[in-house]
Amino acid sequence: MCSGRVDLAFILRAFSQGADGVFIGGCWPGECHYVTEGNYDALSTMHLCRKLMEQIGVHPERLRLEWMSAAEGSRFTEVVDDFVKKLKELGPLRNGEGVGGNGLKLKLEAVTRLIPYIKLVERERLRVPLKSEEAYNAFYASDQMDRLFQELIADKLAVSQILLLLEEGPRSTADVSEMLGLNPAVVSRHMNISSRQGLVRYDVDRKRYALA
Amino acid sequence: MVDSLANRTIGDVMVVGAGISGIQAALDLATSGYRVFLVEKAPAIGGKMAQLDKTFPTNDCSMCIESPKFIECDRHPNIEILTYTEVDSVEGKAGNFKVTLTRKPRYIIEDRCTGCTTCAEYCPVLVPDPFNQDLAKSKATHIYFSQAVPLVPYVADECLYLKDKKCFICVGVCKNNAIDLHQEAEREEIVVGAIVLSPGYEVFDPRPRNDYGYGLIENVVTSLDFERLLCATGPHEGEILRPSDHEHPHKIAWIHCVGSREVIEGGNSYCSAVCCTYIQKQVILTKDHDAEAECAIFHNDIRSYGKDFERFYQRAENLPGVRFVRSYVSIGKENPETKNVTIRYSTPHDGVQEEEFDLVVLGVGLNPPHDVQSLADTFGIELNSHGFCKTNPTNPIETSRPGIFVSGAFLGPMDIPEAVVAASGANALTGELLRSRRGKLSRERVYPPERDVSKEDVRVGVFACHCGANIGRVVDVRSLVDYSLSLDNVVHAEEGLFICSTDAAEQIASTIREKGLNRVVVAACTPRTHEPLFRDTLREGGINQYLFDMANIREHCSWVHSKQKEEATEKAKDIVRMSVARTTHLEPLQEFDLPMNKRALVVGGGLAGMTSALALANQGFEAHLVEKDSDLGGMARRIHYSLEGLDVQEYLRDLIRKVYQHPLVHVSHGATITDVSGYVGNFATTVEAEGQVKTIHHGAAILATGADEYKPTEYLYGEDDRVLTQLELEERLTKGDESLQDAESLVMIQCVGCRQEDRNYCSRVCCGEALKNALKLRERNPELDIYILFRDMRSYGFKEDFYREAADKDVIFVRWEPQDPPQVETATNEHGKPVVRVTVADPILGQKLELDADLLVLSAAVIPSAGSREAARLFKVPMSPDGFFQEAHVKLRPVDFAADGVFLCGTAHYPKHMLEAISQAYGAAGRAVTLLSQDTVTASGSVCEVREDDCVSCGACITVCTYGAIEFRDTPKGKKAWVNPVLCKGDGLCNAKCPTNAIILKHYTDEELFCQIDAAFSDLAEVST
Repeated sequence: MCSGRVDLAFILRAFSQGADGVFIGGCWPGECHYVTEGNYDALSTMHLCRKLMEQIGVHPERLRLEWMSAAEGSRFTEVVDDFVKKLKELGPLRNGEGVGGNGLKLKLEAVTRLIPYIKLVERERLRVPLKSEEAYNAFYASDQMDRLFQELIADKLAVSQILLLLEEGPRSTADVSEMLGLNPAVVSRHMNISSRQGLVRYDVDRKRYALA
Repeated sequence: MVDSLANRTIGDVMVVGAGISGIQAALDLATSGYRVFLVEKAPAIGGKMAQLDKTFPTNDCSMCIESPKFIECDRHPNIEILTYTEVDSVEGKAGNFKVTLTRKPRYIIEDRCTGCTTCAEYCPVLVPDPFNQDLAKSKATHIYFSQAVPLVPYVADECLYLKDKKCFICVGVCKNNAIDLHQEAEREEIVVGAIVLSPGYEVFDPRPRNDYGYGLIENVVTSLDFERLLCATGPHEGEILRPSDHEHPHKIAWIHCVGSREVIEGGNSYCSAVCCTYIQKQVILTKDHDAEAECAIFHNDIRSYGKDFERFYQRAENLPGVRFVRSYVSIGKENPETKNVTIRYSTPHDGVQEEEFDLVVLGVGLNPPHDVQSLADTFGIELNSHGFCKTNPTNPIETSRPGIFVSGAFLGPMDIPEAVVAASGANALTGELLRSRRGKLSRERVYPPERDVSKEDVRVGVFACHCGANIGRVVDVRSLVDYSLSLDNVVHAEEGLFICSTDAAEQIASTIREKGLNRVVVAACTPRTHEPLFRDTLREGGINQYLFDMANIREHCSWVHSKQKEEATEKAKDIVRMSVARTTHLEPLQEFDLPMNKRALVVGGGLAGMTSALALANQGFEAHLVEKDSDLGGMARRIHYSLEGLDVQEYLRDLIRKVYQHPLVHVSHGATITDVSGYVGNFATTVEAEGQVKTIHHGAAILATGADEYKPTEYLYGEDDRVLTQLELEERLTKGDESLQDAESLVMIQCVGCRQEDRNYCSRVCCGEALKNALKLRERNPELDIYILFRDMRSYGFKEDFYREAADKDVIFVRWEPQDPPQVETATNEHGKPVVRVTVADPILGQKLELDADLLVLSAAVIPSAGSREAARLFKVPMSPDGFFQEAHVKLRPVDFAADGVFLCGTAHYPKHMLEAISQAYGAAGRAVTLLSQDTVTASGSVCEVREDDCVSCGACITVCTYGAIEFRDTPKGKKAWVNPVLCKGDGLCNAKCPTNAIILKHYTDEELFCQIDAAFSDLAEVST
């Protein structure tokens, strides 16, 4: 199994189950044990997942990818020690970040539900032309990436969260906005669009949105 | 037939010496269908490699990569291991040798011993531990080292009973009555058809001459001592402590060439070939242990001539606090109080200096085995002038006695991959000799029928290993077992001292049967080395081998948390819980057998390719040899003689004739490969040759696509016809060209086009080629001034003698530094003669030398051939960053590609001398035959599969699969992805790309992994919603 086998779903599942951090170890670039160079895919997954984490208010450094060969035991120890130190600084996930505790699981679930779509976006739009670590890092740090992320993923993610929340029962825009930590105007906009798309409906009597 | 198998005195081959080379030879021979006796004089197999900490240039853990081979030998139905055994005599001739052996008494009845080590625990006598270079003590009764095969102790001569009949505590404490202190040596006679000699080497002993104070000054150790100090299983468990006070040395010196490149009494004139790089390895590891350590390396030429050695050297050199000092040294004195050691050395800038070090490591060279003369007498073989094995000048694996082959360092100083290559080559040569006997005595493993567990409830058995003290000292294994029993689905749990020992494995197999287990978790070390063994154990127990998982509580737990015992125990419980959770979802998977096409394809008709093809044909396998040129011979056509004096053209003509005449070799000239499809055992390669297109079906392929000579752009090459390359000089020498007759002065420049940023490797052959041509020139013209301008003379191994000979014959060697390379211009000398003027800064003289040459010869780099890139693309095999083929494992699979069924040899792998290419060509043929001799090829069960209903035909999986294992197929439901299980390598990248989870990597399914993730946190309250 290659580090490129690590699915976004695995990482999210671990956070959802209570992990304070997730560590992925991969072969050094250029030292792929297969011929697939899947470690670059692991790098992509890591960057993308960090973006998603940021979006739902989880500190991106709770996810770390490091390269190491089987011969680098001491490096592994150092890296893990450093990661643990970082996680201790950040504190436990459930009461760090200020995600408002109860929303975290919902938010992670919202991302998880979006994975098939995210995979398509990654494949079609997030292509890095050159297989080098620098190129991958530069791409994911670029304005272009930010723009693509905002255009293609951020809104979908907000809607995914809203729909999940509404599964629990009807909510007002203000409730949704507070529970998800989203700007009320943004929530309103999504409600309008989602209602046009027939995903939600507005219950005029109770002044709340519900799933359609 | 069955009777003769049971008869343990008849075999096909005896391999003498069970270091890595002997082990590899035994495994290849046994897999190719021969019955092998593997004879070793030490109490366990493994040789020197077992004593090393790590191996260069990848710094893989030496024992970790070697020990699985021990177990493979142990379990191989065609290998009989005879340790603590020496050969007394060899009678008869090729095809029918009668070998007399003496089995030394180890005072342990092997069949009864379980390897429990209770005897060692109670033994009251401490003796120096030879495995740890006498730097630690062991008991008089002890197991040679903890992973030993056989895992049986031996009683050393210091035993009180053996000395004075005083003590027999061990006899009393052994529950199996396995100790017999009256055992006597036994003689045995064994009849075999061939012998492979692989007795290895001894490290140079600096004591007799004693110019470096070894044995007198406590803090002077040899490099092999230092390996043990570095090693986690060494005297201080991997802490580098110096002998005098067991303190961490901070300032360490290494001295190169101890016992090598010396013509003084007691030294060896040759270069030991491996020391430069092992010292760099030791420096890198020392800095890993202690980043603050100050390391000084006193060296002569740095001989980084092997694959990736140059980068390794740079890696060591660029570490902070590491100094490479080019100087001869002598040991000054020992400080009586601090026990520090003073070294005296000199540099061009600062003259003679003295410096004090906490520890001094002697880079000792490689000697022939101690008893080499009696060894030669016993086997009736000749030795060379250095006391190593004398070999056929055109075949480095043949001794002077037909039927006796040689592999490993007994051939001369060499590194591990070369020793492994020669071992596989010995398989090929033995196969030629014993062609008609293949398979006659061989046996197959027979497993009990596999139980259908599909209707059973999940019944997990957990086996927790102490790994001697490795785990048991840290993790409370007893409480881990109790905890395991509390987990759902676990019906059995037990602990063991070494779960991997042969008898513990048998015990697991019977527990599986008795308790009706249908899932097994072994909590021990790493699956990287031990999974095959335990899977095999499951098969012995009658259940599918994939119903198994390894919980690594050693590398991932006890080794990293050695000081936190309680936490480590808790973590071990977590790891086991996760493993058990995954196991419950595991499904039986079938490996499948596909027919093996017994033909081979050899790409490249140079020396290596021809040698491989002929070796295959001589073993009875059809070989298709594909050559792009209209003639066979490749680069060798341009080489006329070797440094050692071989007439290359005569040899080549003979080889070409044999190739053409052999009925099983089919040659295609002017051939281009246009397509390769298929997989191991069943390749189909399309070849266009001389206007015809044909498809060759073959089971294996050997890529021998060679290399090219770099066309220099430097030093006026191509602008002035007095500037030529070594190959062009050789051409002129052969033709007796006039320009050579009239020349008064000739200059050679080394390292042209390599050892530089864009070609960061050493071309290995150029120093030898320069010496060869210089000596030839000298022979023709005693008056000629010959200068060789070099960076490091890399005349490794026995080639050092020619370096010395050239210097003795007034060839003048001038070293230059890369930052100040020679300058070349055309000029007119004081006599009005037009010359090529070479200006070079001599760092020793500290001044510029102006050399007026009639001819300037460039030692041009060896560069990868265009054909290699093309072959790599077609066969989907990787290239190294330098453009040479990338083998599967640098050390232990040097002629295999990671892709099954494809092998490599010759200069396409890396620049090499002709004999090295020949050895490697036999090696590749030997490896190919381990496959071709099988009737079927087995594919792994852990491959991907598509759930067609979920597949949306997006092609994401197909795009990422560089193995080309996935394709669209038409189905009643439309076009769907389909995985060819034979091509799938189980990396699972496609799984992470599939938007609909339609593609599943069996054995690592989402469900199995989610379960494992969930179990990691099952002791936590879930994140609240």
